[in-house]
Amino acid sequence: MGEMQELSTFWFVTFGAVKVVAVFTVVMAVVAYMTLAERRVSAFIQDRLGPNRVGPFGLLQPIADGIKNIIKEETMPGTAAKFYFVLGPALAIMPAVVTFAVIPFAAPLPTPVGTVDMIVADVPIGILYILALSSLAVYGIVLSGWASNNKYAFLGGLRASAQMISYEVALGLSVIAVLLLAGNVTLTEMVWKQQQLGLWFVFPLSLAFIFFLISALAETNRLPFDMPEAESELITGYHTEYSAMKFSMFFIAEYAHVVTASALMATLFFGGWDIPFWPGDDMFRHEGAWIRGFDESGAPIPTSPSVLITLLTLAAFSVKTGFFLLLYIWIRWTLPRFRYDQVMHLGWKVLLPAALAYIMLIAGTMLVLDQLGVAYGMLYGLVLTAVSGVTTLAFLFFVDRDRVISGAHRKRTTRARAPRAVADPAGRTPPS
Amino acid sequence: MSSTVDYLARRNPEMGPDGTPVPSPIEPFEVAEPELGSSTMLVNVGPQHPATHGVLRLVVELDGETVVSVVPRLGYLHSSFEKLGEYRTWNQIVTLTDRMDYLAPLIYNCAYVMAVEKLMGIEVTDRCRVARVICMEMDRIFSHLLWLGTWSIDVGAFTPFLYAFQQREKVYKLHEALTGARITTSATRIGGMMADLPEGWARGVREFADNLPATLDEVDALLTCNAIHVGRTQGIGAISAEEAVNYGLTGANLRASGVPYDVRKDRPYYEYESYDFEVPIGCHGDCYDRYLVRMEEMRQSVHILHQALDRLPDGPMDVEDPRISLPSKTDCMSDMESMIHHFKLITEGIPAPAEDCWFSVEGSKGELGMYVVGDGGPKPVRWRIRPPSFVNLSAIPKLAEGHLMADLIMINASLDIVLGEIDR
Repeated sequence: MGEMQELSTFWFVTFGAVKVVAVFTVVMAVVAYMTLAERRVSAFIQDRLGPNRVGPFGLLQPIADGIKNIIKEETMPGTAAKFYFVLGPALAIMPAVVTFAVIPFAAPLPTPVGTVDMIVADVPIGILYILALSSLAVYGIVLSGWASNNKYAFLGGLRASAQMISYEVALGLSVIAVLLLAGNVTLTEMVWKQQQLGLWFVFPLSLAFIFFLISALAETNRLPFDMPEAESELITGYHTEYSAMKFSMFFIAEYAHVVTASALMATLFFGGWDIPFWPGDDMFRHEGAWIRGFDESGAPIPTSPSVLITLLTLAAFSVKTGFFLLLYIWIRWTLPRFRYDQVMHLGWKVLLPAALAYIMLIAGTMLVLDQLGVAYGMLYGLVLTAVSGVTTLAFLFFVDRDRVISGAHRKRTTRARAPRAVADPAGRTPPS
Repeated sequence: MSSTVDYLARRNPEMGPDGTPVPSPIEPFEVAEPELGSSTMLVNVGPQHPATHGVLRLVVELDGETVVSVVPRLGYLHSSFEKLGEYRTWNQIVTLTDRMDYLAPLIYNCAYVMAVEKLMGIEVTDRCRVARVICMEMDRIFSHLLWLGTWSIDVGAFTPFLYAFQQREKVYKLHEALTGARITTSATRIGGMMADLPEGWARGVREFADNLPATLDEVDALLTCNAIHVGRTQGIGAISAEEAVNYGLTGANLRASGVPYDVRKDRPYYEYESYDFEVPIGCHGDCYDRYLVRMEEMRQSVHILHQALDRLPDGPMDVEDPRISLPSKTDCMSDMESMIHHFKLITEGIPAPAEDCWFSVEGSKGELGMYVVGDGGPKPVRWRIRPPSFVNLSAIPKLAEGHLMADLIMINASLDIVLGEIDR
């Protein structure tokens, strides 16, 4: 028990290939069905039916859409920069599909030839890999906006570059709080640290989660931050000139980003594949053995992987990710769109300083706790939760009082005065 | 020959004395594309653009995303309705009117026949008056609902659009029950209506009026106090009361600036003074106030609808004047005199005195004026319209200047224009 059987190189490569194919397939399938879910859920929100004709409950609709997009005519504007016009969608989709590789999606799976990590690539740089690659996505958008030689596309591309760079900063800073608490950048270790804390990071780092949620919405260009495509202003922004499969690439890229961001939120803040209130699934590779934690004396408690736990944790991960996917859809069909300058304002003047201050606060609290000799565990987490909770409430109160969106504080006064219902103005001389 | 020239000259004052047409000067207007390397660029918003609500073309000069200047270019939907009207009898023109404002066709139908009836000195029956009030208020809501939907889309919220259209669908059904058509209603005739109200129609309107406020409350919850919506619209496209009057704005756009001018109150027609309703006004004249005013107007229209339905009297719909109203279809099919009567009214039309007449109603988008000139015959010599959208649109260069591209879209949405009546 607890002894690890390392995979031989042959099996490592074999399982690696299987995992790449499986994860890619599943992510693409989720993306396809996310489009269906978006349409069905929006239909539910809007009191409509949504697509329900292709297959039972419209389940074959994504396939029909795919076929349609493949056999549609590919248009190319005569004045487009042809090479970059084709390169754009490719650059947009590549980062979107590779970022999922470092997200652990279940507890390790035991096989007769050794234990297989349920992660495509447990690279030591973890979250940095995601941040690095997801920032590459902006190149695809800017390139396609520029190469289309269309003013709307150009504006969309410009907006995208400014917005994604701005929110990259806020996103990175909100992740730093997680890194502080986890003490490492690999996502596997973050899951383990959350299991050890006994609390998901969303509690001790509640404000970081809010920043991450907002930044992730902005990073994926979803409403209320869909500036680059803003269909009522810029037609569809950077992909105005695209059709058929090239358009579809942007579409898939957006949804793949959404899936990755949801999985990331689940992993960073909601324990990843951890099943709540059950230490039995906790599992980490420690000095060549699988352990569940440490006992009072600091000795490791051994555990062993099992297929059942793998399946259960996979389900937990799916449920968490699915929740965020639904949240994305829910937000999109409820909120109006920000204005471009408000997005910049929110990113640079609110999220950036607030995230910096929050990092200082978390770091300070952790320093004090470490100095006091509080061990990493439930108490440690609860103190941080209290500090973060107060900060979060203060932040929300502050934001709600018109520091983000000019006018929000005026709404009450304006509501009281307008519209002022006027009685019969018969006393006036009517205009001739 | 000379009598032909006289006749043509009388009907077409643009013709010279020798019968040759005098071309009206049309000077093409072009906005020069800024030179390469300058800080601005020209963007054509429309005529094919999701947010121009038709085929409006705004030539926008942008500095980055800031609007330097806006020039509306019109005419992409020009159908020459006013000229076409000069070749049609008074009753035939009704079908042209609803094409102009396809968002509130019944208001146009009513406004037109009310002007002609004023010209001819016809007093319509009590039932007809109340029925037309119901039609007009219903279509005021109908038009405002579309404005609400497109406004929501322009602000980026798609869901209120569908909530609004579910209610619009009910009005479509009521249109269909009343006239057989969903948009091009052509419901009115000189001296009455196309037909009496169908059985149960008033009940349908009552049901619609009962259910609408719940939808408005839902949209209220989604938009009115939503911080993003408030931030997008407050202080955007503000115009003072004085400037609004100077630009000739009418309707909700004027009232949002604080001027309580409503034709229904100031020059009441069809006993509007006896209906209990209030005219909402704003105090900032910005997009948000225009939104609030229209939302409140819908509630007031619901109130008027209830009162009108309560007082809808029985009795004849059309005036009992054989020179104006057609005999019943049953009579036409059974006795010769009615048949001849029908035939003569249809072929000859209704003569109007050689006078002119101006009449205006409070349309859904502002003061809708109709100017008709008769020459003693069954066709108008001139028929001109004061389309409220056309005048309201003239303020957009002033409203949008210095705002961002996204604000321009909101300002355009807040003006509630319909291209059918702008281009006519």
